[in-house]
Amino acid sequence: MSTGSDFQAEGGHGAIPTEGVPAREPGHSAAREWPLWEVFVRGRRGLSHVHAGSLRAPDAAMALRNARDVYTRRQEGVSIWVVPAAVITASSPDEKDSFFDPAGDKVYRHPTFYEIPAEVQHL
Amino acid sequence: MSDVDATEAPAPQQEFDALIDADSRIEPRDWMPEAYRTTLVRQIAQHAHSEIIGMQPEGEWITRAPSLQRKAILMAKVQDEAGHGLYLYSAAETLGASRDELLHLLHAGKQKYSSIFNYPTLSWADVGAIGWLVDGAAITNQVPLCRCSYGPYARAMVRICKEESFHQRQGFEILHTLTGGTPEQKAMAQDALDRWWYPSLAMFGPPDSDSTHSEQSMRWGIKRFSNDELRQKFVDMTVPQAEVLGLRIPDPALRWDEDSGHYRFSEPDWEEFWAVVKGRGPCNEQRMTHRRRAHDEGAWVREAATAYAAKRAAAASQPTASVA
Ligand SMILES: [Fe+2]
Ligand SMILES: [Fe+2]
Repeated sequence: MSTGSDFQAEGGHGAIPTEGVPAREPGHSAAREWPLWEVFVRGRRGLSHVHAGSLRAPDAAMALRNARDVYTRRQEGVSIWVVPAAVITASSPDEKDSFFDPAGDKVYRHPTFYEIPAEVQHL
Repeated sequence: MSDVDATEAPAPQQEFDALIDADSRIEPRDWMPEAYRTTLVRQIAQHAHSEIIGMQPEGEWITRAPSLQRKAILMAKVQDEAGHGLYLYSAAETLGASRDELLHLLHAGKQKYSSIFNYPTLSWADVGAIGWLVDGAAITNQVPLCRCSYGPYARAMVRICKEESFHQRQGFEILHTLTGGTPEQKAMAQDALDRWWYPSLAMFGPPDSDSTHSEQSMRWGIKRFSNDELRQKFVDMTVPQAEVLGLRIPDPALRWDEDSGHYRFSEPDWEEFWAVVKGRGPCNEQRMTHRRRAHDEGAWVREAATAYAAKRAAAASQPTASVA
């Protein structure tokens, strides 16, 4: 009986050994893979499209159909956008940097910055 | 002020640690330690493999479901599991892994899936027992993962947990219907519980005293509860549900412990567990053979879709001369 092995209960659907299991296969080519699409779903009329996830598909039409099946099986959406992940331009290599700093010292952009006499109504 | 800290760890590591300490989320383009990335890729990949292999034991009953409605429900559930696999492969891809590569590792037998799916579904009651117990155990595992430190994994788990709740309830309802039926139907439900109880307990992994490496995952906010804590949580939830069903948990040592406020129960047979993990379960061979065959037999569909997309793209880039 083997013990002391690294077992993560968080295999989700059950414990799975992790010790001695490779995470990646070096040199494995993914050249044949379909392009990656980002999926945006409008939950209902009046709401914006919100990022739901991503999927792979050979073209836009298939991406849309797959997005419907993967992300809206329970009426989570009334409209879907699929966008090739490769054409998205993102703000910065990580999620926090000086790009957003200029907004940091401009508290006067918020209504709460201003002191108004207490007796003033509807302002 | 920060000069002192800077000598201890490089800045990106400090930022990573600070995010973890604040119970914030790591996002795909953040710097992260290689070991964190590797641990997540392996865990998410094997989780994804479990979802898609998990379609098989129940999929076998789609054509034999006792009514059209049960058949439609079962198809919806099995389709959900395919969806769970897709959410998770997508999450693994945000860490730089490729889906092709992960499927290759599964088919080569280098990466694994949850051992629970190496048990056979012998009767219709097994479909109920899987929904109630196996999906129930999965929920117990997966709910804490909704707060996992890695953003895309946590978000996938939120979607999955919502859907699992339907899985568990439909399973319970199947058993509830059977236990309210004929003596034969009730016996069928009891037989399913007898066979699935201990494998379900084993889903939480070996006792804490035998699993030594989870500290790092705890530190990283990937693992939140120990194997034994999760198992106890599951037993405490499930025993009263079995009472409602009027079914007997196949454990003579099972008893309520007033002092601790928990049920005391017998451990699964860990010898059997390790044998199944090592490939000697009743269905290991069958599951892998079927998975490889499904992949190979789908190759022409993938190729045709690729060829069609290429042809359409080529046509679209041609000057629009008169076609006819
Ligand atoms: Fe699932
Ligand atoms: Fe499920």
